[in-house]
Amino acid sequence: MRRILILFAHPVLERSRVNRRLLAAVREVSGVTVHDLYDAYPTLYIDAKREQRLLVEHDVIVFQHPFYWYSTPAILKEWQDLVLEHGWAYGHGGTQLRGKITFNAITTGGPEAAYRRGGYNRFTIRELLAPWDQTAHLCGMRFLAPFAVHAALRIAADDDVAQPRAAYRQLIEALRDDRLDLDRAASVENLAVALPSLLPREVA
Amino acid sequence: MTDSVLAQAFIYLCAATIFVPIAKRLGLGAVLGYLIGGVVIGPFFMGLVGTEGHHVMHFAEFGVVMMLFLVGLELRPALLWQLRRPILGLGGLQVTGTGAALAAAAIALGVSLRPAIAIGLTFAMSSTAIVLSTLNERGLLKTRGGQSSFAVLLFQDISVIPILAVFPLLGAAAATTTVTDATSEAGRPAWLSALIVIGAVACVIAIGRFVVRPVFQFLARAKLRESFTAAALAIVVGIALLMLQVGLSPALGTFLAGVVLADSEYRHELETDIEPFKGLLLGLFFISVGAQIDFALIASRPLVIAGLVIGTMILKLCVLQILGWIFRLDRPARWLLAVGLAQVGEFAFVLLSLAVQDRIFSPELAGTLVATVAISMMLTPPAFILLERVILPRVTDRGDARPQDEIIDANTPVVIAGFGRFGQMVGRLLRANRIPLTILDLDPEMVDILGRLGIKVYYGDASRVDLLHAAGCEHAKLFVLAVDDAATATRIAESVREHFPHLTILARCIDRPHYFALRKLGVRKVFRETFGSAYETGIEALKHLGYRAHTAHRLARRWRDHEEGVIEELGDLWRDDRATYFQRAKGALDEAERLMRDEDPTVYADRDAGWDNESLRADTQVAEASVDNPEVS
Repeated sequence: MRRILILFAHPVLERSRVNRRLLAAVREVSGVTVHDLYDAYPTLYIDAKREQRLLVEHDVIVFQHPFYWYSTPAILKEWQDLVLEHGWAYGHGGTQLRGKITFNAITTGGPEAAYRRGGYNRFTIRELLAPWDQTAHLCGMRFLAPFAVHAALRIAADDDVAQPRAAYRQLIEALRDDRLDLDRAASVENLAVALPSLLPREVA
Repeated sequence: MTDSVLAQAFIYLCAATIFVPIAKRLGLGAVLGYLIGGVVIGPFFMGLVGTEGHHVMHFAEFGVVMMLFLVGLELRPALLWQLRRPILGLGGLQVTGTGAALAAAAIALGVSLRPAIAIGLTFAMSSTAIVLSTLNERGLLKTRGGQSSFAVLLFQDISVIPILAVFPLLGAAAATTTVTDATSEAGRPAWLSALIVIGAVACVIAIGRFVVRPVFQFLARAKLRESFTAAALAIVVGIALLMLQVGLSPALGTFLAGVVLADSEYRHELETDIEPFKGLLLGLFFISVGAQIDFALIASRPLVIAGLVIGTMILKLCVLQILGWIFRLDRPARWLLAVGLAQVGEFAFVLLSLAVQDRIFSPELAGTLVATVAISMMLTPPAFILLERVILPRVTDRGDARPQDEIIDANTPVVIAGFGRFGQMVGRLLRANRIPLTILDLDPEMVDILGRLGIKVYYGDASRVDLLHAAGCEHAKLFVLAVDDAATATRIAESVREHFPHLTILARCIDRPHYFALRKLGVRKVFRETFGSAYETGIEALKHLGYRAHTAHRLARRWRDHEEGVIEELGDLWRDDRATYFQRAKGALDEAERLMRDEDPTVYADRDAGWDNESLRADTQVAEASVDNPEVS
């Protein structure tokens, strides 16, 4: 059984429609630790040692956040800068994250069609996530495709986003129980879309 | 002559050295110490000082002049303007009211009209020297009662001028003007006197505004300590002289000069220079009052004098009580005012001798009255003790003075106890976020002021369980304990913990022992009341020393985390093992220093290592070397 750490970053959770509900869907799943970064570090004064301990204690690291400016909210950048120390996460002697699985669970404002060549965002989500891909690579982690919920801005306030919630929970549970086809999960575009094809036949 | 002056000085100084500390130790206050010292060295006990006491007193009266100068320095013109109503209203009514009442009493005792008026006006005065010293000593000057007392005393000082002018008219010698220092203007026409007075006052203000500054600047450049002191004394003495010349009260003149100088940058300089002289002279003055009491006279007619003293003081007290009530002082302030100003003041000595000169009444009567005045002054310090220990605790009895407010509709998530400087900050932040609050406070004035601002504050003692129930503690989630008194806060915390264990308490603490006590009671989080602003100041200081703001913030934050860890750890030691406590506290100081020292702004450790690229640089060089030289790998 894999232990899963969800590093959650949302500066205004009170206004969140999708992220809040996605988080609620997995919060109580056994084997899952939810770590709300803006709640833990309201002044961005990150305790790097504590973060490193948490990373060591888990096998799957999920970065869940809105896709602000084709990237993450500010705290995740600060988190990267301070927690992924040279000699600890990468570089000479930096082996602590080796073999761990990681991916981004994101919500985007625009529809899926915008994230492609010729679309108004010009790049695919995977292309835009290249820095995270490379960071994972440098740290020796397995980088999976993102779990992306698109067009979050068009979702009504009372929409309970039942489908993405169920999918997210299913994904997390499958990762925990080692029922996910990791090789294929690393190569698809969006885990939220491809999930049925990544699970064992008899279950799907 | 020189010998005897030195001997006299020695005796006075010894009396002050011996009796003042004893009196203070016994809780009687310095003023009473001086008075007792005076009585003991006076002609009727040890006889160490005798007839010259009168001259000494005359000289020592200058202490009062200096005191008023210092009082003036504390009073910026704006503040004085704020006090105009109590000064003119309360003070004016006190002098006229008390004067009239005492005069009527004198007439009832068989004194004829003119001397009765003179006695009334003389006895209406209170002792600026004793009252201000005592209020200051006991820290009561800034209270409402203290401020009112000050206002009345100030008006009395002002009113001495017209009283001095009126006295010759009351005397049998009204036709033949007696020329004394104080009444020298009586010979001039009224308009000229008025002009001279106005001119003198303008002169004082001009000196304060335009002369003192350049003089002091000049002296400051010369860097001569003594010349500063000399100049300060010269200012006070000079103004006093000027005032005497034009027939004004020197005390009033120097007070005015003090007010003018209150805004100047040399205020503290003047204060420190004059303060020791004032202290000594005032002490001398009190000693000579003690030494002057004519015990032979008192022994010859003890009942008459006792009656006069008690009658006078009670009459003055009653008038002041009524005035306090009219001016809406609360009960403690009213009592402070009435008891504090019930004695007859040192001006009476001057006025009585003038009255004899002006033949308003006989020297015998004056002697009896002088004894009465001196005894009433003697009784003032004990009266203050009585006031503080017996009267004030009773009249400030809350249940009696003001019933606890009925709390209606208290069903808020947050209860705040104490809504002073601290609680208000917390409360305002919460209110700004529309969080409903129930606020309790024990300061009736604060409750009224906030009420006027539209903030409902309930008056009551938050350590009482019935009030906590009424405040809705059963349903609340959070209890913010922000009262400013440590003992009260601890009592409230105990009560809340015992009766509402579900409530989370956030508390303000005064100092470390208080912190430990509150934590031990189970208060969730304790905040040292000055920590926040001191912390901010520290960050600002680092920034001004050239640290970048971001670095300063992170350094301060790291220090704070360490500090907060240590204080939690120290709590148990404080209770169980004092010796180890201090050892550990000392160790923690060193620890914090080490923690900071390795944090040279260019070197990161611990939390900031991710930003440190030194090791990365070294690693990069190794990697490049291996590319250049394949054999290495």
